[in-house]
Amino acid sequence: MIKVFLGSNLKSFTNGSEVLEIEATSVRSLIKELNRQYPGIEDALESGFALAIDGEVIANPGYEKLKETSEVRFLSPMQGG
Amino acid sequence: MSVVAEDKKVKQSYKHVGTRPVRHDGLEKINGKARFAADIIKPRMIHGHVLRSPHAHAKILSIDTTEAEAMPGVKAVVTASDFPLPKKDEGFPHRPKNLIARDKVRYEGQTVAAVAATTRRQAREAAAKIIVNYEELPAVMTIDEAMAEDAPLVHEDLITKGIDPKEAKPSNIAESNFYECGDIDVGFKEADFIFEHEFSTEAFHQGYIEPHACLADTGKDGRSEIWCSSQGHFMVRSATANMLGWETSKIKVIPAEIGGGFGGKTTIYLEPLAVKLSQKADRPVKMVMTRDEVFRATGPTPGTKIHVKIGVKNNGEITAGKAWLAYESGAFPGSWAKLGKWCVFACYNIPNIQIEALEVLVNKPVNIAYRAPSAPMAAFATETVLDQIAKKIKMDPIEIRLLNAVEEGDYNHSEMVGTFQRIGLKETLEAIRNHPNYKIPLGPNQGRGIATGFWFNIAESSSATVNLTEDGKAVVITGSPDIGGSRASMALMAAEELGIDAKLIQPLVGDTEAVGFTDVTEGSRATFATGLAVVKACQKLVVQLKERASIMWECSVDDIDWVDGSAVHKEGKEPSLSLAEITAKAKKTGGPLNATGSLEAKGQGPGFSTQMCDLEVDPETGRVTILRYTTAQDAGTAIHPSYVEGQMQGGVAQGIGWALNEEYIHNKNGMMENPGFLDYRIPVASDMPMIETIIVEVPNPKHPYGVRGVGEVGIVPPLPAVANAIHDAVGIRLRDAPMSPVRVLAALNQENGTNG
Repeated sequence: MIKVFLGSNLKSFTNGSEVLEIEATSVRSLIKELNRQYPGIEDALESGFALAIDGEVIANPGYEKLKETSEVRFLSPMQGG
Repeated sequence: MSVVAEDKKVKQSYKHVGTRPVRHDGLEKINGKARFAADIIKPRMIHGHVLRSPHAHAKILSIDTTEAEAMPGVKAVVTASDFPLPKKDEGFPHRPKNLIARDKVRYEGQTVAAVAATTRRQAREAAAKIIVNYEELPAVMTIDEAMAEDAPLVHEDLITKGIDPKEAKPSNIAESNFYECGDIDVGFKEADFIFEHEFSTEAFHQGYIEPHACLADTGKDGRSEIWCSSQGHFMVRSATANMLGWETSKIKVIPAEIGGGFGGKTTIYLEPLAVKLSQKADRPVKMVMTRDEVFRATGPTPGTKIHVKIGVKNNGEITAGKAWLAYESGAFPGSWAKLGKWCVFACYNIPNIQIEALEVLVNKPVNIAYRAPSAPMAAFATETVLDQIAKKIKMDPIEIRLLNAVEEGDYNHSEMVGTFQRIGLKETLEAIRNHPNYKIPLGPNQGRGIATGFWFNIAESSSATVNLTEDGKAVVITGSPDIGGSRASMALMAAEELGIDAKLIQPLVGDTEAVGFTDVTEGSRATFATGLAVVKACQKLVVQLKERASIMWECSVDDIDWVDGSAVHKEGKEPSLSLAEITAKAKKTGGPLNATGSLEAKGQGPGFSTQMCDLEVDPETGRVTILRYTTAQDAGTAIHPSYVEGQMQGGVAQGIGWALNEEYIHNKNGMMENPGFLDYRIPVASDMPMIETIIVEVPNPKHPYGVRGVGEVGIVPPLPAVANAIHDAVGIRLRDAPMSPVRVLAALNQENGTNG
């Protein structure tokens, strides 16, 4: 099971839960599964998001493979100067 | 000077990386040959001028351009009705609504219409003839005003995001973010001392010397070419296309040199207007902002209000940290408080944390990035309270930071990545403690302040193309505008990979059709991510060079090594072949040699900076004079140490400006009263001592040369370093920035040095 940290912006879809365990093998399947369990979450991510997978930040995630032990953190789109 | 971590020492030494060649674009920059956006001239070119809102908040009832269109020399006029209804823009969803006002103006200076005419004067005079009927609305100019009960709404239908259940009523709070770790109540119970204070900062402008400028030439074929100064011409292309409702491929953007950006040129303001005016007029249209327009209409930093509470044991161990952060977003929602939330406690191991971060709308220009956006304000609060704690428990300010500082394996409270990989915060603290400046005695009214700072840095997408020339040189083309010396660092990494001198490399910035997609130069990413693209392309070229040598020697490629820019036969059967000898025969061995590298980069290393400020306060005037300033920063590996030092010094200089001088001043109607460098005073060379730099090199394990971004974190510690030094000098604890002479004097008179 993938450990997923949603962040406060997405918890309205999950009845307040920010940490979930989801079965998935890739970012794509993770988002599909999240949306199946919590309808609307995929649309909410359409305006952009970043991910940290096992400690590595990915600014434009989409199709990365996940391990069973992976930790995935949803982040806002990143900005810098 | 530099401090090299043990794990760096065991790595191979480099021949080119870490040297200081003269910058490749240096001559053109000093002899005036370099072309900035305002220098571009085209035949039949006309000039655009923007009509801006005179109100901070008003409904637009009507716009009549009839008289303006009849004025001499006028070729085109545009209003919001010339653009399709706004659709969301990736990354900045509200950018199209900000670029030209449709129903309402939400800040003084927002674009209402634009005119193109034969001369700038004609365009300006015609714009003045556009009749706009406004219904003025009350404005909210501060966080307190915006959050007040029944405050006027910047957006009447905006419901706060991030609150569950949803708020029933609209408000000026665009978003609420929350972060929690451990048990905050238990954390404060475990503390022997608890300190809490409120801090505020004004809006600060990036102060780039070159105002925004562009030239657009739109043809009858429906394509447009844009010359402009920006931090990312691919961003200019996509944002302009989005605003116009065009396909991205209809627009080509040619990057001009950039006269400073610091985050302020990570967005667009003029380009869609110029393209549309050019299309209507069938002429190239040039638009150049005045300094007044830059201040009134482009994004500064958010103003902030931050409350920090820290609990600590007698031995200095932090047990709990709580923060409430409110960041202005300007007139449209942004993500600034979220960045502050990521940074406010990221330097320290704190077991119990609670953070609430609010994005607050006000009737000011839409905020945009400025070097490590949002982090300096958060550090101002945390680092000032930590200094206060150190004084209370009589602990050295560096020792208390070392005791609590994060290191490899510690949890990263920036909420991003779980635990830190190899980082250099402790090394920066030790570097300052070990520097001779830390022991220099101070005189009356003089003080020393210490502060540290964190910035996460960004990676994103980059591309590079490397062409080898017939005479054995390399042309390195990247998609990253050179805003801080990136040409030199690209050349040095290419030199290291190819094994030739950096002087033989010609680093160029390619337009949107000459090189692959590259994200904006932001988040200190260019040397890291675009450098990776250059390394990738050069590694492909080395493979090709070995293959060509194998053709020339009629041997297997497996028999060949690439050593110091030459093919070497492993068994010594042939004399070595230099890169130039191979490229000279390229036509006979398979054709030109070139390669590309493109990637979505991963593994950017966070940056840390620790700084020490010595200053003197004049108790009669409140004026603060910086006596000496020392900054230590983890650069991973300094590719070109002079540019790393320049970035470190630049960040400090700008941070001192925030600390002592700079602020937006608005009158009661929301009009900016100091839109020029005479009244908005950035530091000048005579305000500054030599800023002494210590480059700390703790290599980023995720980059072949150990690179970390270096451009931003240097601006994070100056606010608290100056505040802490003022307290050390005269005993007053200032928590509102800038700490201008007026505020220093008022605090001296009021508190008489007893509130620390």
